[in-house]
Amino acid sequence: MKQPVRHLIEPEDLSIDEIVSLVEEGLKMYENPKDYLQVCQGKIMASLFFEPSTRTKLSFDSAMMRLGGNVLGFSDASTSSTAKGESLADTIKVCGYYSDLIVMRHPKEGAPKLATRFTDKPIINGGDGGHQHPTQTLTDLITIKRFKGTLEGHKIAFCGDLKFGRTVHSLIRTLARFGNKEFYLVSPEELSLPATLKRFLEKSGVKLIEVRTLEEVIDDVDVLYMTRIQKERFFNEEDYIRLKNAFILTREKLAPAKTDMIVLHPLPRVNEIAYDVDDDPRAKYFEQSEMGVYVRMALICKLLEVGPYARG
Amino acid sequence: MLEVRGIQNGIVIDHIKAGNGIKLFNKLMTVKSYEASVLLMYVESKAMGKKDIIKLENVFEIDLNLLGLIDKNITVSVIKDGKVIEKKTAQIPMVVEGLFACHNPRCITNSDHYATTSFKLYESNGSAEYICDYCEEITKYKL
Repeated sequence: MKQPVRHLIEPEDLSIDEIVSLVEEGLKMYENPKDYLQVCQGKIMASLFFEPSTRTKLSFDSAMMRLGGNVLGFSDASTSSTAKGESLADTIKVCGYYSDLIVMRHPKEGAPKLATRFTDKPIINGGDGGHQHPTQTLTDLITIKRFKGTLEGHKIAFCGDLKFGRTVHSLIRTLARFGNKEFYLVSPEELSLPATLKRFLEKSGVKLIEVRTLEEVIDDVDVLYMTRIQKERFFNEEDYIRLKNAFILTREKLAPAKTDMIVLHPLPRVNEIAYDVDDDPRAKYFEQSEMGVYVRMALICKLLEVGPYARG
Repeated sequence: MLEVRGIQNGIVIDHIKAGNGIKLFNKLMTVKSYEASVLLMYVESKAMGKKDIIKLENVFEIDLNLLGLIDKNITVSVIKDGKVIEKKTAQIPMVVEGLFACHNPRCITNSDHYATTSFKLYESNGSAEYICDYCEEITKYKL
């Protein structure tokens, strides 16, 4: 009997065991990339980016190319038929015929879920508005696994824009599924975690400790997850100027942190991590970006049922 | 006292919170046009003090989900040949499709005509709160 096609729209589409498997396969691909050069030969990935993205698009393209597959698509809706008024449904239907797998980013929340109705090819959500970004979560997890050895039992602090930062929402939900039941939230009150998500996490037994400065928690955390605070999120410029410095990581602020602590950031970074932090051995955000390619390679293999996930 | 004769065939929507009847009436009229219909407002009620009632002639089916969204205390009596043949109670629906819009302006259901809104009940303390299947934002249903 034909198995139903699998999509990745939100992290909850994957079981804990499946996430562990993707992280482990991704690490194997990182260790021995040459073993996977032919795995996706003859396969085509459609890369449909209805809004611009550097990292996610190029990371997916690189992942498919490292597996020996081909990539087609667009990186801006203005260069696609969407600009002529084509519906999402029609674009997805057609691209489903052109490819074996679709990666899409869309400014509207829920668009990838809607897209799954119009194709029998696997769809990967590469970010939908401020909603979900499940492959960034996989990227964060493989980085934590690589540098900390396990995915559970860590003290994790999230810092910056926790209200609109979709990477934070996806990651915190997933880490909670792995049994991490306590998180530090470092943000201005205006950008604290959405009430709905707080309620959801607290209902599932998670303790959220909210603080307003990094200094209060820096010496206690194992993983510091930084995010960008965007000026346009503030009601007025005075609040932005007053608050932005409290959420910038500098060498001085990092000094009291544990020697084996790691600093992550989904990138792009603007000014929330001072450039001189890059040389600190605890700064792992560029390696994090690198690991994103390998976990995406594992995900592509899983959804296409090739390589380590080949049937039979 | 105002008197309105009973209907021979149709449904009576009773125990509507006083004042809500006109909003429900307007909502029902957009769904279907009825042959004859009556809206009674601020009718004396032993249990409720005041209540509203709607009578719809020659109509035998109504969306209990819609009524449950408005007020879970609403009752529906189906009448044939002047006799009540069935009595139903509205219930807060667990799943709602297409009845109202998602509160989130960034949700795909607010911009794509292929997308029908779809919600699951999130909480029902006082007012019903629904979580969108697409964007996961919470929408409180208001009549």
